[in-house]
Parts: sequence; structure tokens; C-alpha cells
Amino acid sequence: MSTTAPGSWGRYPPSRPRQILPCRDIQTLALPAEPQSCLPFGNGRSYGDVCLNDGGALLLTRGLDRFIAFDPATGILRAEAGVLLADILALIVPRGWFLSVTPGTQFVTLGGAIANDVHGKNHHLAGSFGCHTRAFELLRSDGERLTCTPERNADWFRATVGGLGLTGLITWVEIQLQRIANPWIVAENRRFANLDQFLALNADYEARYPYTVSWIDCAARGRALGRGIYMAGMHAPPGLMKPPPPERRALTVPFVPPVSLVNNLSVRWFNRLYYHLPRPARGLTPYQPFFYPLDNLLEWNRLYGRRGFFQYQCVIPPAAAREALREMLARIAASGQGSMLAVLKRFGDQTSGGLLSFPRPGFTLALDFPNLGARTFALLESLDEVTRQAGGAVYPAKDARMSGDSFRRYFPRWAEFSRFIDPRFSSSFWRRVMGN
Amino acid sequence: MRNILIIGATSAIAEATARRFAAGGARFHLVGRNAERLAAIARDLEIRSGQPVVSESLDLDHLEQHPALLERAEQALGGIDVALIAHGTLPDQNACQQSVEKTLAAIHTNALSVISLATLLANAFERRGRGTLIVIGSVAGDRGRQSNYVYGAAKGMVGLFLQGLRNRLSGKGVQVITIKPGFVDTPMTAAFEKKGLLWAQPDRIAQGIVAAVERGRDEVYLPWFWRWIMRVILHIPERLFKRLKL
Repeated sequence: MSTTAPGSWGRYPPSRPRQILPCRDIQTLALPAEPQSCLPFGNGRSYGDVCLNDGGALLLTRGLDRFIAFDPATGILRAEAGVLLADILALIVPRGWFLSVTPGTQFVTLGGAIANDVHGKNHHLAGSFGCHTRAFELLRSDGERLTCTPERNADWFRATVGGLGLTGLITWVEIQLQRIANPWIVAENRRFANLDQFLALNADYEARYPYTVSWIDCAARGRALGRGIYMAGMHAPPGLMKPPPPERRALTVPFVPPVSLVNNLSVRWFNRLYYHLPRPARGLTPYQPFFYPLDNLLEWNRLYGRRGFFQYQCVIPPAAAREALREMLARIAASGQGSMLAVLKRFGDQTSGGLLSFPRPGFTLALDFPNLGARTFALLESLDEVTRQAGGAVYPAKDARMSGDSFRRYFPRWAEFSRFIDPRFSSSFWRRVMGN
Repeated sequence: MRNILIIGATSAIAEATARRFAAGGARFHLVGRNAERLAAIARDLEIRSGQPVVSESLDLDHLEQHPALLERAEQALGGIDVALIAHGTLPDQNACQQSVEKTLAAIHTNALSVISLATLLANAFERRGRGTLIVIGSVAGDRGRQSNYVYGAAKGMVGLFLQGLRNRLSGKGVQVITIKPGFVDTPMTAAFEKKGLLWAQPDRIAQGIVAAVERGRDEVYLPWFWRWIMRVILHIPERLFKRLKL
């Protein structure tokens, strides 16, 4: 809720909003003076510039953080849009409920989860966040309030889910939760030696587990190309649990080093070590380290130094996936620009209907690269080339550099979407990909 | 389960504190000025605590309504264990300098209404032989400065009053806690440029308040480093201090 200049998680691009307007309650919306545009800003966990509005105003939504209704019998929860998923979990887990879909950090707001239609390890089964959103209220700059559900104001619902905050301010959200017996996860880990092994394992694990994800050693080449670790999990059944573990104190990266600590050498050694690290094949783990492995290292984005870093997350349609993924991994390994947090997962067929939603059937690969300037831009553009050819898409929530041409190919319904943009709302991302 | 009365419940510090109390199990009676905001906070606390919350909106400047207010809270909660007095305004110093009326209004809200409530609550606690009274003061009350001495004088008066009250009730089972926050990033201080290490979030203050209750503290600076800053400021001789631009 700090009112110092907010930035995005990747610390790139640098941005300076002209005005910062904290929201306090959902009854009133303070708009900047004409002709400035504005954009809702939640907890700043999107990586690139979808949450930035350079030269315009940001509406800070973290002040909208009250619960409105919770029915412990049905698992329907309504809350203001600035509530963090972490706050929701603290409320619902002791009462036997869990988020139906959760991204890899609990430090995102409800509004941000909808605006980016976030996904999680259970996408192959449950779809994206928008699939479990029962309703929300959209406040337009002219004061109109639209209650949107998949049936009511359905066109606004589809525009706003994945709509990058451009259709107006989401004031409250109502979501459906899922039942759990306890806070524990039955988790399984399995090493695989290459991409083909991954594909074979994946079919088997997806049939048995609701949560699946794989870490990829993207410094590996040749026969080991695409080696990694498969991680699968399910909520533990009743009775299968342990005494609560001692609360782990989160560590904080205390400052921004002048250069990235994530570099060619550290990535190679980290990946090699991580791949060979002995880990239990099957065990019971608390839900936090399973879903949010990085949430215990606060401000970890600082590790990448002053110039920040890029995330690259694409999705490739199933038919083209094997060849495209091999090509990408080969290009990354050859570039010598490594990624520590390379993640691979299959998206299922269920979609939220969001006009600009990123998740669609296929395999999604997420990577992070320290910003080394032109070299990194060139590598990412060469990955885009593969994604375009394969008919895939890149995730706007993690992007800071895709071309407008790429964006329009990845999101062919952009023109239909743009009719729903609030005339007073805009973002650095939107101006960039629309070329003005 | 503690029964907690919060006066000025829509203040950012009070709301953050209530959430921390709610997590540990609490029943609330809330008093505030803005009815709509109060209702939203009450609903939120009901969900967090799993207990019904009563709230009422009231202009606390009307001192004659205080006894009835406390009676209703006693009734609704079935006895108050903890009372947090957190209401207040941040007056415009320049406007006050030009207006006796505004100066006295600021002192009425920030000092006299607090003293009225503290007196009534302390007496009720004394009769029962237990209770915790928490009052939000300010570092501004430690020394008069040209930039906000009207606010500072009101907070200073409250601080002295509470010292006396604490002294009187010591050994009678009643805890009197003065909280002295430094710069806090809240809507009350929205007009300030909030940069630098001296600004704290309301939840950090809330954490300190809950800890002060658990540890039975008397006067607490929040965050902790303000104790040392104020110690230095209090030791500057007046001859020098009067020339400083503070």
C-alpha cells in the first residue's frame, strides 16, 4: 500500500507514473484530471509493463482489501479486488477450503488474478482463474457499475477476464473455492532425462494428479536436451496429515546488486546441482512450499540486478509442441543465456472465454533471463519466431518486449476486445503493442 | 476470545489492528464516523473473526453522548476487555494559526473527546478490576514544533493525561497503553510525500500494538526507532530548538 512509485516485478522497463491515486473504498473512484489516462495497479507481480502506465496515473487497489461475504457451507467467497490470495488462503484453509486455481505466488490481488486470467499447476483439469470466477463488479470511468457474470453482461465478463485492467476498475470479485481435507499435499518428484521422456511421463501423471509441473534444466544440450524434474501433487485425503510444521520465517533479498547474480556460470551450476539433488520420490508437504516455492524469499527479483530481468512464457499448440520446444531449448542453450526457473506444463482444453486470455490448449514453457541488453532482446525475438511459426502465443502478464505484430497474431481477438476498453484507461503495454 | 471496543474504527491503524486481533479470536464493537466505510469494515471483521460485529456511527465530538455509547458497547459485548481509542484528525496547522475556532476544534477532537472516553473507560475498568485501554498518541506530542503544534499540543495533553491515569490505576489490574506512532502511510497523511525509511505501513503499527498488549507495555514508540529519535529531539536545548525549521 506504499505510495512510493510502484514498478513491475521484472524491474523492466523503468517507468514513472505522473500521478498515484490510492483507492480506499469501492464506493468512490478518484480519477486523474483530464487528459491523463489511468490504470489499476494491484500488488505489482506482473513482470513487464501490463501494470505500468508511464506518464499517466495508477489507481492503487491494495486499499480495497476487505472481505464481503464467505459461506463456509458452499465455498463461495466475495471480496474487494485488492485482497491478496495470501489473505484469502489464511482465511479459508483452516476452514477446509482452497483456491480452485492458484498461480505460483500468493502475493497477487484478486483483481490482478482476473485481469491476467492467471493459471496454475491444475490447468489441465481446472482451466484458468476466470473459470472459477462467479461474478465481479466493473466500475467504468463514467460511474457506471456493471455486475458481470458468465451469463449477465457476459460480453463485459469475457472482455475483463484477461483484459489487463483496461476495461475499468474491478471493485469486488466472487469466486468458487474447492474443498480440501487438510493443508497437506501428497507430492511426487521424478527425474526425466530428456523431452521425450517428459512427454511420456506427462500423460501418465496428468491422469493421476490434479497438479503437475516440470522444472527444466535449460543449460543442458544434446542428448540431455529438455531434462528435468517432474513434480506432481494432490490435496491429501482425510487422515493423511502431519503435525503443523514450524512456521518458516521468510528471507528478504536486502538490496539490488549492481549486476545480476543470475548469470551464465551461476545458472549452469545451479541447474546441474538442482537436477542431481536427491529428493524424496513421494511425500507429504505443506501446501505453501508446493505451490509457492519462491514466496519465502521476499523481493527475489532483486537478484537480477539493476537492469532487471525478463520472463518469457509461451504456449505452443499440442501438434507443434515437440519440435517447437526442442528448437527453443536448443536456441537458449546455444545462446549461453540461461534460465534458472524454466518451467514446462500442459494446458488443458478448458478456457474461461476471456478475449485476451493467454491459456489455451498446448504446452506452456516459462523462462527467465537477466537483462543483458541487445543480446537478450535478440534471443527473445528468436524465441518469438518459433512461437509465431508454431501458432502459439506469449503471456502479456510476463512480457515487456513483444512486437505489436506478434501480439496481434497471438491474440487475434484484440480488435473485438478494444471496443470494451474504458476511454480513460490505458497502459504502457497497450500503447506499446498498439504502436502509439 | 477477547471483547474489544474500537473507537475510530475506520482509521487505517485501527483497521489493521482489528484484523490482527481478529486472527487471535475476538468480538468487536466498532464506533466510527463514516457509516458506509464502517459497515464494510464490520462485515470484513465478521468474516475474519467468525463472530458477529456490532457497529455504530457517531460524531465523537458530542461528549455528552459518550456515557451512553460505552453503555451500549458494554451491553453488546457483555463486558469490554480491551478498548482502543484511535479516532482523530490531522488539522491544517496554517489554517489553525489564523483561526482560534479551528485550533480549539482540533484540540476538542484530538484531546478532549479522547480524555472524556478514557476517563469513562478507566472508571469502568477500575470498578471491574481489569481491562486494557490503548490510546493512539503521536511522536508529535513529545515536543512542540512550528509545523504542527496544534496537533502536537492535543496529543501531548493526551500523553500526560494517560501517564496520570496509568499511575492512578497501577496495581488495580488495569493496563493503560500509550502508542506513539511516527510517520504512518495512511489516508490521514495523504497530503505528504511518502518516501524514505521513516514512513511505516499501518500493519507495522498494528503489530506493535498487539505486541504491547501481550507484553504489558506502558508507552510504546512505533516503529521502535522513534524512541531514540525523540530522545535526541527532547534533549536539544530550547534556545537552539526554537531556531530550527522542524
